[in-house]
Amino acid sequence: MKLSALIPLGIFAVLAVFLYKGLELKPREVPSPFIGKPVPEFTLPKLMVDGKTISPNDLKGKVWMLNVFASWCVSCRAEHDVLTRFIKAEKVPVLGLNYKDQPKDAKEWLAALGNPYQHIAVDLEGSVGIDLGVYGVPETFVIDKQGIIRHKQTGPVFDETVRNDLLPLILKLREEKS
Amino acid sequence: MKRFLPKSLLMLITCIALLGSGSILADAERMTFKNAQSETDYTKLVNELRCLVCQNQTIADSDADLAKDLRAKVYDMVEGGQTQDQVIDYMTTRYGDFVLYRPAFKMKTLLLWLGPIVFLLLAIFFVIRWVRSQATSPQSSGLSEAQQESVRDLLNKTQ
Repeated sequence: MKLSALIPLGIFAVLAVFLYKGLELKPREVPSPFIGKPVPEFTLPKLMVDGKTISPNDLKGKVWMLNVFASWCVSCRAEHDVLTRFIKAEKVPVLGLNYKDQPKDAKEWLAALGNPYQHIAVDLEGSVGIDLGVYGVPETFVIDKQGIIRHKQTGPVFDETVRNDLLPLILKLREEKS
Repeated sequence: MKRFLPKSLLMLITCIALLGSGSILADAERMTFKNAQSETDYTKLVNELRCLVCQNQTIADSDADLAKDLRAKVYDMVEGGQTQDQVIDYMTTRYGDFVLYRPAFKMKTLLLWLGPIVFLLLAIFFVIRWVRSQATSPQSSGLSEAQQESVRDLLNKTQ
């Protein structure tokens, strides 16, 4: 048999490798340009306390998370349990960004499911969401002691996400000096 | 058959052209711009930016909530006197290069842009080489003199 007869097989093998790899790609997870950058500055009214505002500066010096959520978001409901358990176990301060939601709906949602957030900011128009490059709720950012975004999770947090990504990273970041 | 081809081709082109245009008209009609430049900028930008929710649509085509917000943002920015580059900058710092429907031409995207051309050139090269090798190889039917004789006999018989 001539060697050139193997060319179609070779082409097939290359294609198969590419297509197989393609199965594992997640095109929805767009790499965030914010990794390694400071968390964008904002000041928003608090959901639970009337007349008070919250800004990322208030959490400086701690390793914290910013979780974008909304009562209309089904995946937020799905991740809520996992997130709550994680936050309670590791005592991570979390700023919830209530994204394009009615404050009344958000309060009802939290009353029914429990409130794991240390602070909740109201982003009624979604403008802070745009500044954070939010495109699919829920999204979770991990921010270090310097206020630098170190990780972004797009979509719901699962037990697996906590185990593989969030927990190891948070433990590591806590070791860093502020 | 040949006579119909140009006509049907023309119709096809017209259909494609119609499909591509007009998507933005619905929105632009309801918006008022301070000047023509602002409107061209807006129309160009919303057709250049990708909606991140439905990733194969521009924000002009998409009906997603985020696309609406981004259209409003683009509108505010161009009406506020910002240039196209400033708007593109604003979007890429927040959403990354992915937000550009036409990827930027740079080191990271070199293969993406030049890949098809490289493959085409490679294909042309191999085709030419193959055609040439065909032309130079002796034109033999693979039959011996005696076999050719009997073929000729058979052909003559049937006539």
